[in-house]
Amino acid sequence: MTERAPALLSQPRVQRVVYPALVAAVLIGAWQALVIGMELPPYLVPSPWLMLKTLITDWATLGAALLVTLQITVLAFVVATVAGVLISFLFVQNKLIETALFPYAVLLQVTPIVAVAPLIIIWVKNPMAAMVVCASLVALFPIIANTTLGLRSIDPDLQSYFRMNRATRWQTLVRLRIPSALPYFFGGLRISSGLALIGAVVAEFVAGTGGTGAGLAYQILQAGFRLNIPRMFAALLLISLTGVALFAAMAWLTRRVLGPWHASENSHD
Amino acid sequence: MLSPAAAPSAAIEILSAQKTYPDGTHALQSVDLRVEEGEFVTLLGPSGCGKSTLLKMIAGLLEPSDGRLLRWRKPVSLTHPSSDHRLAFVFQSPTLMPWASVQSNVRLPLDLAGVAREQADARVTQALQMVGLAGFATALPRTLSGGMQMRVSIARALVTEPQLLLMDEPFGALDEITRHNLDAELLGLWAAQKLTVVFVTHSIHEAVFLSTRVVMMAARPGRVVEEVCIEEPYPRSADFMVSPQFSRYAKRLQDSLARASAATPGRSRP
Repeated sequence: MTERAPALLSQPRVQRVVYPALVAAVLIGAWQALVIGMELPPYLVPSPWLMLKTLITDWATLGAALLVTLQITVLAFVVATVAGVLISFLFVQNKLIETALFPYAVLLQVTPIVAVAPLIIIWVKNPMAAMVVCASLVALFPIIANTTLGLRSIDPDLQSYFRMNRATRWQTLVRLRIPSALPYFFGGLRISSGLALIGAVVAEFVAGTGGTGAGLAYQILQAGFRLNIPRMFAALLLISLTGVALFAAMAWLTRRVLGPWHASENSHD
Repeated sequence: MLSPAAAPSAAIEILSAQKTYPDGTHALQSVDLRVEEGEFVTLLGPSGCGKSTLLKMIAGLLEPSDGRLLRWRKPVSLTHPSSDHRLAFVFQSPTLMPWASVQSNVRLPLDLAGVAREQADARVTQALQMVGLAGFATALPRTLSGGMQMRVSIARALVTEPQLLLMDEPFGALDEITRHNLDAELLGLWAAQKLTVVFVTHSIHEAVFLSTRVVMMAARPGRVVEEVCIEEPYPRSADFMVSPQFSRYAKRLQDSLARASAATPGRSRP
């Protein structure tokens, strides 16, 4: 037993699961102990156990809210990806276009979405669409920046080789530029998936009582007004889990597509 | 001095070609060179001597600032770098597509030219056999050693059945033993395929071992110093490398390089 345990723990695969799980167990245990030991009232700090119970009892509300937030996030992510890729293709077609437009892409990135969101919510009638627009704006830039960089990051010798073999623009794009850009593009996707969620939460906060679409952020606001702190924590937990799930999904997708050939996918083993 | 009046067997004729960059750097002084069909010519020299520049001009990747280049008596043009399928280029690094299998990498020039898949695959199999990689068709480049990747690169060059093979320090990054093996194999392919080869290297030993003729170049400014014919029959074995003739050739090239470096005219920069 004592001889086998170190062998199992020395595997990076096992370590990656076991060590964070240990940290989680210790933290949650300490939290529960502190809440009980110091007799903290639930309206200040609920125990993890109470949070879990709230999650189950309030599932009807929270589950529906989760669906709304997920919907905004996924829609925004898709919009940002499609728009970002199209803009990148535009950029690499012509250096002049990139030079002229890139500062505005940066401007879009550095302007805090919280500041722009009220305007978008006024302009776009449908609150759902308005929130998707807000979240897309947040998620857009990494896709543009990474994909543009990727489409330009071509082995110059390979490019010469294509030229020598009189490859058409289309052949060079499909056989050289796009495959070369994929690792960068997936890097952008990973960042943007998280940003889409952040954008969705921010948009919900700003939209406030959107009426129809009451997402997780809206639940947090409402729970805050009513001092229903356990529910607030439960909603927070759902948002975090959603972010982790998105990140994991992107990591999985990246491995699926690039796994066999790209070095970055094998560097941690 | 070689006469510009070309005989029909000239594969490459370079007539007073030179390269000056816009900032005034003289990359290559006027060069006259003629490569006969079936020759194995090596451009030998230190870095900065313009040997790669010259090779890229022959490939049509770089335009001379002055002078003319002919391939099979047709002017080399930048807009249609290889208007015939007689030319193949091998880079210093394997220059493979990391996402594609060995087979797809070798098939690339045929795919780009629109050769039918079935016919292309047959030629790929043949080319992989020639370089001894028949069993690695589905492998990804990164799973192969540096020497094997270079073989894939050579297979990709051979698959188009070229008449002219241009190689830019192809084995420079490999270890001595692998490099020597590949040199020997290259000579075998050159003889079997009746290729014309222009080979760039900075290794005197490699140049003497491989070539029918060595074009010695010097740096600052890049220029041709001397041409030396290596009159040793093929096939050449490893014994040639330890023979007195080999040492004589190597010494002669070394001396001419030393002389050229000592007598640098210093006209390279304004």
